[in-house]
Amino acid sequence: MSTPLIELKNIEKHFGSVIALNGVSISVYPGECHCLLGDNGAGKSTFIKTMAGVHQPTRGEIFMDGQQVVFNTARDAIEAGIATVYQDLAMIPLMSVTRNFWMGREPLRSVGPLKFIDFEMANRVTMEEMDRMGIHLREPSQAVGTLSGGERQTVAIARSVYFGAKILILDEPTSALGVRQTSNVLATIDKVRKKGIGVVFISHNVRHALAVGDRFTVLNRGQTLGTAKRGEIEAEELQDMMAGGKELAQLEGSLGGTV
Amino acid sequence: MSEAETKAEPPQEEAHDERIREISPLRKALIRPELGSICGVILVFVFFFLIARDSGMFSPEGVINWTVVSAQFAIIAVGACLLMIAGEFDLSVGSMIGFSGIVIALLSVTYGLPMWVAIIAAFLIAMGIGWLNGFLVIRTGLPSFIVTLAFLYILRGLTIFLAILTTNKTIIGGVRDAAEGDWLASLFGGKILTGFFKWMGDNGWIQTFVAGNRAGDPVVDGIPMLIVWAVALIIFGHVLLTRTRFGNWIFASGGDAQAARYSGVPVNRVKILMFMFTAFCATVFATCQVMEFGSAAADRGLLKEFEAIISVVIGGALLTGGYGSVIGAALGALIFGVVQQGLFFAGVESSLFRVFLGVILLLAVILNTYIRRSITGER
Repeated sequence: MSTPLIELKNIEKHFGSVIALNGVSISVYPGECHCLLGDNGAGKSTFIKTMAGVHQPTRGEIFMDGQQVVFNTARDAIEAGIATVYQDLAMIPLMSVTRNFWMGREPLRSVGPLKFIDFEMANRVTMEEMDRMGIHLREPSQAVGTLSGGERQTVAIARSVYFGAKILILDEPTSALGVRQTSNVLATIDKVRKKGIGVVFISHNVRHALAVGDRFTVLNRGQTLGTAKRGEIEAEELQDMMAGGKELAQLEGSLGGTV
Repeated sequence: MSEAETKAEPPQEEAHDERIREISPLRKALIRPELGSICGVILVFVFFFLIARDSGMFSPEGVINWTVVSAQFAIIAVGACLLMIAGEFDLSVGSMIGFSGIVIALLSVTYGLPMWVAIIAAFLIAMGIGWLNGFLVIRTGLPSFIVTLAFLYILRGLTIFLAILTTNKTIIGGVRDAAEGDWLASLFGGKILTGFFKWMGDNGWIQTFVAGNRAGDPVVDGIPMLIVWAVALIIFGHVLLTRTRFGNWIFASGGDAQAARYSGVPVNRVKILMFMFTAFCATVFATCQVMEFGSAAADRGLLKEFEAIISVVIGGALLTGGYGSVIGAALGALIFGVVQQGLFFAGVESSLFRVFLGVILLLAVILNTYIRRSITGER
């Protein structure tokens, strides 16, 4: 394979005396969907926030296209092409789809010395990009609050893709969604991957991960338990690794293997 | 098994979702944040046209009378509106009005500085306090309600203290003499289109004084600068909010500060600038008032913060931020001004003003909540 789009090596993050991450390494290749699995408290959120520049690692190195990089702010990471779609914070429901889509990167049009948002262009592009993702808006000025949870995630993903993200981090995009909406989001991830974008898909749902993932990394108690390729690992194994093994196996036994 | 389930062909969205109701153009045109305040304006005008038509309320001087009062409300409402949409409150607006007025009078009358220096100094100090308000809210993470409530008391107390300390009075007069011929003071205290009104008076189109030393002059001799300021601020605020990048950031900061930060919106800067803008508006109000009365008093501006907030809420803004309209806030201010002066023209007991206002506030907010829900899909 080529050089990874992004490679994080032995990332450690300490919050005071709490060691949130204790040596996490992953790499993401173009067009790959890398699933990051782990139970609550495993360090998934801290890790993606480090990748997104929100937290600075205490120790460890980040490489993009083979070059070492340091992200001091979220802005640095965004400019380097790392886009993050947070679970609840993807969109602002009171604002229109267009306003959300362009938030922070509004296209401008000069009228003399003054600069205004170019709404004509912004609305047109928003409609086109939404159509491409399979969402048919009534109008671009429609508030995001009128969209379903899956559609909101899709707007956020479409936005990141449009703005040239090379790596797309999705923080539990399917955890609050229904069956149909989940399939829509997973289909969107597939479309994005085919454009050559590296996707980091965070989830604690093994079934969703197996549906789109190319590689799987399991985090437990701030450490990587290992990375497996698609087809090398079974759902049960992943599930066990996430939960830290034995206890869950017992629990699962009593629940008839339905967890 | 699970894999097969989720990997199955993703269902294609139908081109037309049968669950999205078509919305009639009429409904679409009506459903806007300002609708509540537009209905309110129609209601109060019809009401006063019926009960106070003959009282002179709709003569030129009557119109100027309630327009000036509405413009006063509008000036502070524009600031309060943008700040509220950015997700914050400022309860210190009223105290700021008293404070800025006293600063102007102290510097110009008591210390003899040129009026323009006094006015600019008042703006700078007020905006500095606005910055401090914003800085404390951002830094401490306390609700702006608490921080600015503290400043409501601090500023009011400081204003009275300063006035007593330097002049032994709480009212400082003589501002008009000090402002005589000052270029900046005329921007706040003067009138425009005086020639036009004189010309209309000379032609007998508007009423003129028939006796006294102003005989022959029109009764309404121009548009007060206060109204010009109000209109300018409303246009500025509306364009800023709806047409510019910064306006989008105002909505985003109030809608969800964290989501906005993740998208690269400088939320802290937006909020602090809006606190400063609110202080700016309060000082515009104070300066116009000081120029009009020729004096400053330490107790000016009492309860203005609530009047500003009520105008904004009647105008359709959401108290928790992220949603609202400057035009709506301006219409809210108009309702306020017309009701206050209209009851006076109609000869109604002035205490009824508050009853009427409370009723309008309640009706407007109920209507606004309904409108907002249908726009934003809130539940």
